[in-house]
Amino acid sequence: MRESATRTTGEGGVVNLSRRDLLKLTALAGGGLILGVALPFPDGGRAEARESRIGGAVFAPNAFVRVAPDGTVTVIANHSEMGQGAYTSLALLVAEELEADWSRVRVEAAPVDPVYNHLLYGMQATGGSNTTWSEWERLRKAGAAARMMLVASAADLWKVDSATCRAENGEVLHPASGRRAAYGTLVEAASRLTPPTDIPLKDPKDFRLLGKPTPRLDTPDKTNGKAIFGLDVSVPGMKVALIARPPAFGGKLKSFDAAKAKAIPGVRDVLAIDGGVAVVAEGFWPAKLGREALEVVWDDGPLAALDSARQRQEYLDLARTPGAIARNDGNTGKALASAAKTLEAVYETPYLAHAMMEPLNCVADVRADGCDVWTGTQFQTLDHLSAVRDAGLKPEQVRLHTTFLGGGFGRRGWFDSESVHAAVQISKAIQAPVKVVWTREDDIRSGHYRPRALHAFKVGLDAAGGLLAWEQRIVCQSIFIGTPAAGFTVKDGIDQSAVEGAVDLSYGVPNVRVEWHQAPDGVPVMIWRSVGHSHSAFAIESFLDEVAHAGGKDPVELRKSLLQSAPRARGVVELAAEKAGWGKPPAPGRARGIAVHETYGSWVAQVAEVSITKAGRPRVHRVVCAVDCGPVANPDGVRAQMQSGIVFGLTAALYGEISLANGRVVQRNFHDYPMLRINEAPVVETHIVPSVAKMGGIGEVAVPPIAPAVANALFALTGKRIRRLPIRAEGLS
Amino acid sequence: MTKLKVNGTERSVDVPPGTPLLWVIRESLGLTGTKFGCGMALCGACTVHLDGEAVRSCVTPLSRAAGRDVTTIEGLAPDVGGPLRQAWIAEDVPQCGYCQSGQIMSAAILLRESAKPTDEDIDDAMSGNICRCGTYERIRRAIHVAAASRAEGKQ
Repeated sequence: MRESATRTTGEGGVVNLSRRDLLKLTALAGGGLILGVALPFPDGGRAEARESRIGGAVFAPNAFVRVAPDGTVTVIANHSEMGQGAYTSLALLVAEELEADWSRVRVEAAPVDPVYNHLLYGMQATGGSNTTWSEWERLRKAGAAARMMLVASAADLWKVDSATCRAENGEVLHPASGRRAAYGTLVEAASRLTPPTDIPLKDPKDFRLLGKPTPRLDTPDKTNGKAIFGLDVSVPGMKVALIARPPAFGGKLKSFDAAKAKAIPGVRDVLAIDGGVAVVAEGFWPAKLGREALEVVWDDGPLAALDSARQRQEYLDLARTPGAIARNDGNTGKALASAAKTLEAVYETPYLAHAMMEPLNCVADVRADGCDVWTGTQFQTLDHLSAVRDAGLKPEQVRLHTTFLGGGFGRRGWFDSESVHAAVQISKAIQAPVKVVWTREDDIRSGHYRPRALHAFKVGLDAAGGLLAWEQRIVCQSIFIGTPAAGFTVKDGIDQSAVEGAVDLSYGVPNVRVEWHQAPDGVPVMIWRSVGHSHSAFAIESFLDEVAHAGGKDPVELRKSLLQSAPRARGVVELAAEKAGWGKPPAPGRARGIAVHETYGSWVAQVAEVSITKAGRPRVHRVVCAVDCGPVANPDGVRAQMQSGIVFGLTAALYGEISLANGRVVQRNFHDYPMLRINEAPVVETHIVPSVAKMGGIGEVAVPPIAPAVANALFALTGKRIRRLPIRAEGLS
Repeated sequence: MTKLKVNGTERSVDVPPGTPLLWVIRESLGLTGTKFGCGMALCGACTVHLDGEAVRSCVTPLSRAAGRDVTTIEGLAPDVGGPLRQAWIAEDVPQCGYCQSGQIMSAAILLRESAKPTDEDIDDAMSGNICRCGTYERIRRAIHVAAASRAEGKQ
């Protein structure tokens, strides 16, 4: 029996783990549920066919598609659904070429298997805004191969040339004779055929689904409480654990006294694990009370003096010395010496927490002969390896089940597999299934963060206000140096994530120099929706606005003139400006600002319209957003991600700050790490550039431009330049 | 043992009376549509109805719910729940979806109190519910759509 057979299909289009099914899964644990289907593509990894326990009952031509006798098409999703719409776009790729009946298409999370590896990363992972474009060919071919086999099996049945048949909406048709066969009726015959190796794909002009607004497959189950996130997983006999962690980064456990914790009714175990002390109980609440009662002595370690104010000075001091050279065009020194005018400024952005609505969690069930792990993860391969290591089992004995992710933003994919590592250690020690839960305070205070960053600029202008030289020195911690991904994220000692958005500056400036200082390590840092672009766009686009004003130029006109050889960037600037009514006066008390940035192969320009409230706070009323991401799989998904990225970036711009005192994070929960709410959300108008250019990303790309667009609008309104995030209200009104 | 009625069914649970209702619903009763987001009544993901009023179940002790009616997303009555869900689907509101149970439970109270809510009503009623994916514009639209469809249904 295959894993899928123990799951139910919800009202919507996603095969969802239900509570009852989880029980069944557990009962079957150790029974070899890993699905086995061969992928006929050489780039897919494992080529050998493994036996499907369903036998011929389901047509499974490759690892990504199954057709059931009732006509249901199941797409196996190898990228995680964290809100960005991956499940729907992956299913669209398959369904388009399969000529599937969209109302019969379902999605199921892939198990861990090399066949599902990301084509760029060589492991199963979701991140970098590349789900759709990285699978653009592979998944369409998976669908096309299935269609070809279904058509061939119908032609065999009817004893006609398959070239005289065609597929449409879940059926094979033979127009000459008027015969038709639903896919479900062809399942057995198609299963006996050999998958094709030459798989032609449709001309995009013939697309029936791709490029048109398509409702998400996971929406129904996300409106009735049925969608199962990691935190919703429950297995029989499961305990709940909370972890007491060192209050200061780099701290270590000295000793603990479990007596008071164990005195709390419902607390079962207290044990030291790698990373802290786990309090294991019958449920969340006793675990939380137990953790509060637990007495722990910590060694604060070498970072106990970390302090945001002092760190700020360190970064400013570092920025006064030369850094590692990340880009060096022409000779900025010479150009600056001959400039009619020079301009300098320093921009600063803080550490940020991801604060997904669903805090980190993981369920692990380690047994003598096997282990199951349930988690909403962005890094299946590494989490699986982590579980294998901690469980002391063979890779094939460990199964990782991907649930829905209650937000990700990068936090659920990291090399330490933090939540899996904790859950597997505890389950093995207590010999029972366990769910490890992060509270919101754990999430905010013991997280991994978007690095704090400082950008110091010096530019030279000619007499007409034209840009001659651009020097940018960046100070921030490295995300990737020392990680397994360093091979492709670190070049010549420079973490590319620290300088992205800067080394690839789109503006045509003859002399450009970008340097980087690696700030001292200490605070755990990691990828955060749009990574380096999240701070470089704020710095560059705000400073460019300063350059425009210093040179007496309109911010839109200056950008257009500097983007002569960057047509896609120029295109979105023009489109956003036109749609926003740039040049026409805004309503009284309001002002507009613009920013443009390229992130992960897509160009986004945003015009923000702002005012100052009676309370003296900035208010963003409207954002006009132009995006060029190349061909679009689902325009409604693009619009959703523009709205999403703008709210996410605006939250950071207006509120986001993780600060440190005595080596500890100051913030605790949403009262002091606030999120934008519905009464503060701007109206977002998205305009998609029709394009046949290379496809880019969508999930992260709307985040970078919003902070500078708003800051530039506030400058236009108040004359006050914002060089530090979050935007502080003082002095704005 | 504490007795309470959940989604119309009498239930009794054997957990300390100080336990937040959220964990009773999720862990003792297995209704996982109600979510944990903050534990401090700051995000609204845990919103349920207690005797017909929206409460944050993460800070509501079980003792307060004893003998009373609790409604969760799973048991939301079709007169309000139906139009809301239909509107949520029509506007394709959810992204990660984690906060949406709480959003719908808050919206249900709003629609009961205000047949045709204004944008300002929506701000007032919904600003206690955080959506980290930023689906606010679609939530607003969906509430207007649900209100309109209820109005049509009553004519």
